[in-house]
Amino acid sequence: MSGTDSLRAAMLSLAFLLVLLGIWHVGTLPKEQAASANDEYAKLMGKGAVKTTGFPTPAQMGETARKHLTDPFYDKGPNDKGIGIQLAHSLGRVGAGFLLAALLAIPLGFVIGMSPLVYRALDPFIQVLKPISPLAWMPLALYTIKDSSVSGVFVIFICSVWPMLINTAFGVAAVRRDWLNVAKTLEVRPLRKALQVILPAAAPTIMTGMRISMGIAWLVIVAAEMLVGGTGIGYFVWNEWNNLSLTNVIFAILVIGLVGMLLDLMFGRLQKLVTYVE
Amino acid sequence: MSIYGCICGRHHDPAEHEAGDEPQGGGSEAVSGRVIESSLLRSLVPQDGTRRRFIRAVGVNAAMAAIASVLPVGAMQALAQEKRPLEKRDLKIGFIPITCATPLIMADPLGFYKNEGLNVTLNKTAGWALIRDKMLNKEHDASHFLSPMPLAISMGAGSVAQPMRVATIQNINGQAITLHVKHKDKRDPKQWKGFKFAVPFDYSMHNFLLRYYVAEHGLDPDRDIQIRVVPPPEMVANLRAGNLDGYLGPDPFNQRAVYDEIGFIHMLSKELWDGHPCCAFGVSEEFIKQNPNTFIALYRAVLSAARMAREPKNRPLIAKVISPANYLNQPETVVEQVLTGKFADGLGNVRNVPERADFDPFQWHSMAVWIMTQMKRWGYIKGDVNYRQIAEKVFLATDAKKRMAELDMKSPASSYARIKVMGKEFDPAQPEKYLAGFAIRKAA
Repeated sequence: MSGTDSLRAAMLSLAFLLVLLGIWHVGTLPKEQAASANDEYAKLMGKGAVKTTGFPTPAQMGETARKHLTDPFYDKGPNDKGIGIQLAHSLGRVGAGFLLAALLAIPLGFVIGMSPLVYRALDPFIQVLKPISPLAWMPLALYTIKDSSVSGVFVIFICSVWPMLINTAFGVAAVRRDWLNVAKTLEVRPLRKALQVILPAAAPTIMTGMRISMGIAWLVIVAAEMLVGGTGIGYFVWNEWNNLSLTNVIFAILVIGLVGMLLDLMFGRLQKLVTYVE
Repeated sequence: MSIYGCICGRHHDPAEHEAGDEPQGGGSEAVSGRVIESSLLRSLVPQDGTRRRFIRAVGVNAAMAAIASVLPVGAMQALAQEKRPLEKRDLKIGFIPITCATPLIMADPLGFYKNEGLNVTLNKTAGWALIRDKMLNKEHDASHFLSPMPLAISMGAGSVAQPMRVATIQNINGQAITLHVKHKDKRDPKQWKGFKFAVPFDYSMHNFLLRYYVAEHGLDPDRDIQIRVVPPPEMVANLRAGNLDGYLGPDPFNQRAVYDEIGFIHMLSKELWDGHPCCAFGVSEEFIKQNPNTFIALYRAVLSAARMAREPKNRPLIAKVISPANYLNQPETVVEQVLTGKFADGLGNVRNVPERADFDPFQWHSMAVWIMTQMKRWGYIKGDVNYRQIAEKVFLATDAKKRMAELDMKSPASSYARIKVMGKEFDPAQPEKYLAGFAIRKAA
């Protein structure tokens, strides 16, 4: 795309954003409240005071965002921490679960991809386990692991293992016969063959699997934390939902979206690094 | 009781426990009264500057006298002097963000735990099932419970059986039936056929009271209405979304529905059974055995908090300290309306019911027996139930009497009393007869 084209696209994006904000602003203009005859009743109902509930105006939204972003690391006790600390907890859980999943899925994927026998033997298990919603594992995890935080990591593990496993197996199985034959002719040892022929050849597919896994993991962590509570961005959403504070919930949604996008971009970059032209 | 030996684990046999003598051992910590005074002052006025100015203005003695008029400083000092070495200082306590847990929540910001030398982390928990699991997993040392839960867990109903104990009741009354505003003209339960109601948990007073209430009006709670389990914090959102027609839920969520103009308060739970228990403060039997001194310290902290919470004049202050995001995360006025009993009912009236919520810590065995009759009535437990034995094992009334005496609090002579629910008398000595008197119950 040429320079002017991308400039036009950016302008159009901005226009969309402005229209959206405009509709939002008009839609949330404060309504005239009927004056109540009973002052005391009105006061108890919080009339006149700024309520946390209701759909926020863009200005209120901006103010909330500013408040959270200028002080992201405050810690007012175990149940009230800044958005930065909550994000760190969530990312920590996702990182741990994802890493564990990669450590299992990639070697196992290699084995499955290289041996049609193992592939056929394990296939029924994978097919049954893959479509299970990761959150359905939660009660079982809590019962057996006996630790809610580790259960959260387990849920991330179980949801991110399948795309990596399947993609690795597929990538390894699809390495071009010619390259393997060349390796065979040159009498390359199995380990060297795996690391220097198969791995680079399958790397783009594996990386795609990892990217999908990370996307799913980030989707699931929010739900898992809403279920288990304690810390994390999901807990933040839940806690603000208790207070029916839509402003904070919307802010959290935006942050979740942004972080998810950054994670995806990161894996996108990595994917480009390992891609090759045949 | 005898199969378990002594209930608190510190005596060789139950007789010695009943006699109430404390086992010897361990030098008592010398804590000067000054430390208590200053830490009290610090917890009441946390801002350094303000506190210093306050003391400078009125003098230490005047300041302490002012505080002593509100809090039993003398009794607290006496207690601190007989402190024994604590087995465990860092404790994790789980709670659900509702006003039922007021004593155990306020004990944190007001420094009652610290006064006992305890370093308590209060963990907000997402629902009652998780409260149960985190207690069974030992992630929490002690927990806010619904008062039927320790009975159910001890009996293995809806759970793996593990001996749980009720150290104190947290609150009495303080619940309400809230209906969606669209049902303003349907105040007669007979019009509720097909309604969707929420309660916080199967094993809750809310569930048993709601079932009792609709059954008294001729509806079968298992057929004529739908009762769903919804975590209290999610009730208001579900009511707004039209997922629910109403709920018998804990406050502040009844008042919150009014505040947000989604619901109205149909009836306070006090009007069903005045003085009914709701939530409890519980620990596992194992914890009491392993950490007897810590348990007593914790016990005293929660009891002292309950005593402060019973005084109506302290309620606005309590509402202030438990409303922030770390605890209830609610507008202060909502919590204050619940605790003071002066509230908007959602129908345009201001009602004044000072006993809307109260915090009587004593665990009547008769309450436990009533709860079990209802568990049996609705099929949560089956077969013969040894009501008395279970009630006395789980509800630690003997301990409560002792600890309350230490704090100059009055406790009743007998732990059984007649109860009146919707005008119908319950005699705890004859649970089966009571049970047989209900026309609507789940077929055995």
